[in-house]
Amino acid sequence: MISLADQLLVLVMLINFIMLGTSRLAFAIRAVAAQGVVLGIIPGLIHPFSGHLLVITVSMIVAKGLFIPWLINDAVRKAQIRREVEPFIGYVPTLILGAVFTTLAFVFAQKLPLAPEHRELLFVPASLATLMTGFLLLTTRKKAISQVIGYLVLENGIFIFGLLLTEAMPFMVEAAALLDLLVGVFVMGIVINHISREFSSVDTSRLQALREE
Amino acid sequence: MIASILLHVLILLLMPPLLLGVINKTKAGFAGRLGAPLLQPYYDLARLMRKGSVFSRTTTWVFRAGPAVTLAATLVASLLIPLGNHPAIISFNGDMILFAYLFGLARFFTTSAALDTGSSFEGMGAAREVTFACLVEPTMFFIMVTLARMSKSLTLTQMLTYPSFDVWFVAGATMLLLVGALFIALLAENCRIPFDDPNTHLELTMIHEVMVLDHSGPAFGIILYAAALKLFVLGAIFVNLALPFKTGNPFINWAVFVADMFMLAVLIGVVESVMARLRLVRIPQLLVAATILSAFAMLLIVR
Repeated sequence: MISLADQLLVLVMLINFIMLGTSRLAFAIRAVAAQGVVLGIIPGLIHPFSGHLLVITVSMIVAKGLFIPWLINDAVRKAQIRREVEPFIGYVPTLILGAVFTTLAFVFAQKLPLAPEHRELLFVPASLATLMTGFLLLTTRKKAISQVIGYLVLENGIFIFGLLLTEAMPFMVEAAALLDLLVGVFVMGIVINHISREFSSVDTSRLQALREE
Repeated sequence: MIASILLHVLILLLMPPLLLGVINKTKAGFAGRLGAPLLQPYYDLARLMRKGSVFSRTTTWVFRAGPAVTLAATLVASLLIPLGNHPAIISFNGDMILFAYLFGLARFFTTSAALDTGSSFEGMGAAREVTFACLVEPTMFFIMVTLARMSKSLTLTQMLTYPSFDVWFVAGATMLLLVGALFIALLAENCRIPFDDPNTHLELTMIHEVMVLDHSGPAFGIILYAAALKLFVLGAIFVNLALPFKTGNPFINWAVFVADMFMLAVLIGVVESVMARLRLVRIPQLLVAATILSAFAMLLIVR
């Protein structure tokens, strides 16, 4: 079961690369939804079955796989955003940066003083790589909506790290984080709508200018 | 032993054009046509070999050496790889480097011959060919290094006969990444459809076909045969990784290998039927993605 979880984490990291490489907004939203669903399955593989676990798994999959993507799609439609992602730096350089960050994540995970039973697993490197991908998406994309996606990826990375600590940390904490995320995306959706209504563009690089030119 | 080597060489020399026939038949099937006969590539080669050659007065010996060196390098490279379960005819430590650079040599002479004609059109094709080749090469090396690390050996025979279904079970993610990256590299190296269209001969978007426009007669036949052989060689590597069936009987092994190669040809035909050529600016993106896939596979193995 642990080895299957490892394979799924490889899939999660591949989705990171897809997110960095794609130019289509709708595709990026679907990819982040898929990543959420894959992450929702993993707790069921590494922990013994319980009713509590089932609730968390189902709520994870519904929230990250269906509800949040639906919210983002809704915001895209309402704000009439063009379907391109529009990065500050090109797709190929971001892909290569993503690969470099993933490698560094693996190197760094080797150096961390981890518990011996976690040392051989992919959880820590996958978590760090996903975190860094989230940062990269947040910093290199112009559109506010793509930055929401980056924020989601960032949270996914934190969730993977949380999987290791679940014996010490109750699932309740994770549920609260999920709720935070939902509220965050909700608020971002409203903010994006307001920005698009006021300024006719959701390009965050233009928020620095005082006047529209 | 001698019989086995003889069979090995025979399959190596005779089978490549048949793969092209199978690909064309698959594409015809998708389009609802009857298609050319399976043996059409052989008829084409025979026809080209009977024709005379025309050499432009502006060309030098480089132009004539192009096809010959390409064929020779590809033939030597084909002797270095194992077919199915059967060990390669030539094998020594570090032969993977020779293998990679034999293809490099073949490419260098093809592009030099194209530049030698002085045609701007062929120069453009040569420029594209080498640009995309530099992006494919790291992919091939990452794949080779990963396999060398997995099999703890530096000879291609051991590296490529190492994958089995047990390996797939233990390191499934790595193998899947390798096979994905190798398939992209295979399509790019052989100028198949998402990268280049092997059927067009006069269009500004093509890469490989544009470089060989000035070759005629036997020289062009040699180029076509070398291209088919290259597809066969890279296909054999792919089959060894993706479909590692192993039986005790050598003759069943040969049958399995030939069947695997036909399956690969059908797969390429399906890809060519369902996909369109990529825009030229998207090609480097896909090739970098393949490099990252293979680098990621190496990372998973090395850590």
